[in-house]
Amino acid sequence: MSSLFNVFNISSSAMSAQSLRMNTVASNLANADSATSANGQPYKSKQVVFNATSLGSPFASGVAVQKVVEDDSAPRLVHSPESPLADENGFVTMPNVNLTQEMVNMISTSRAYQTNVETMNAAKTMLQKTLTLGQN
Amino acid sequence: MNKLDANFNFHQTALNLRAQRQELLAGNLANADTPNYKARDFDFSAKLKDAVGKIASPSGLLGTAATVVGGAAAIAALPATLAAGSTFSAAKSLLTTSAMHIGLGKDQADSALSDAEVKYRETPQGSVDGNTVDADVERNQFADNALRYEASLTILRGDIQKMLTVLQA
Repeated sequence: MSSLFNVFNISSSAMSAQSLRMNTVASNLANADSATSANGQPYKSKQVVFNATSLGSPFASGVAVQKVVEDDSAPRLVHSPESPLADENGFVTMPNVNLTQEMVNMISTSRAYQTNVETMNAAKTMLQKTLTLGQN
Repeated sequence: MNKLDANFNFHQTALNLRAQRQELLAGNLANADTPNYKARDFDFSAKLKDAVGKIASPSGLLGTAATVVGGAAAIAALPATLAAGSTFSAAKSLLTTSAMHIGLGKDQADSALSDAEVKYRETPQGSVDGNTVDADVERNQFADNALRYEASLTILRGDIQKMLTVLQA
């Protein structure tokens, strides 16, 4: 199999990994204020862990999402005595979502996705030019 | 090796290596956010010189003659390897049983990269997660490599045109 065809596999693995990362960013941003979730606990920030995987090529590798981990950092405490979720001191435990970090993550994901789309397009152009070799 | 083949061989090897390099660079770009991933690349001109040198050298011809001696044994072993489900692509070159046979695909084996040739890129400043991919460097190399691939194709196309002109004259 030509090396150029494998560029498609590599780029698409990266694109699906980055879109999963974008999904977690969306989930984190959407739930930045979810004080409670299905298990009764405040929402916990989720982060993806990328892993380089071989995709049939001996040297070049693609990307796979190894796992999605929950951020175990301390939750945010908000003083809101009127809330039904408040403890005896009037504090509500809020999700540990770091908005700045998530925004940076979002931009980084978007740029990485774009890069891989361009990579794929470049490989496609190269293959198309190769196909017309010998023609006028 | 006949003249026609020798004429195309250089560009064929170059294109083969360019495609392999493009794949490596795509892998680097894909892993720009993977912790502990180390960017890899190879010295294109050194590898090209090496691969073309191997094909052009007369020792290559001696090598094909030597395989003729063991040819009968290789044929006997062939059904066994086919039964085991091995594919022809794994063999990298065609089986030759006569010195008159063209060793098709030999150049493909010569342009195959070895682990020692694919080096890890040095980076002036690594990132905290152990990743050494510099997206700007990789993108630059990627565009450069793609352009040179297309340049090779253009030159090859010119060569084919020239030959057609001669044939049709």
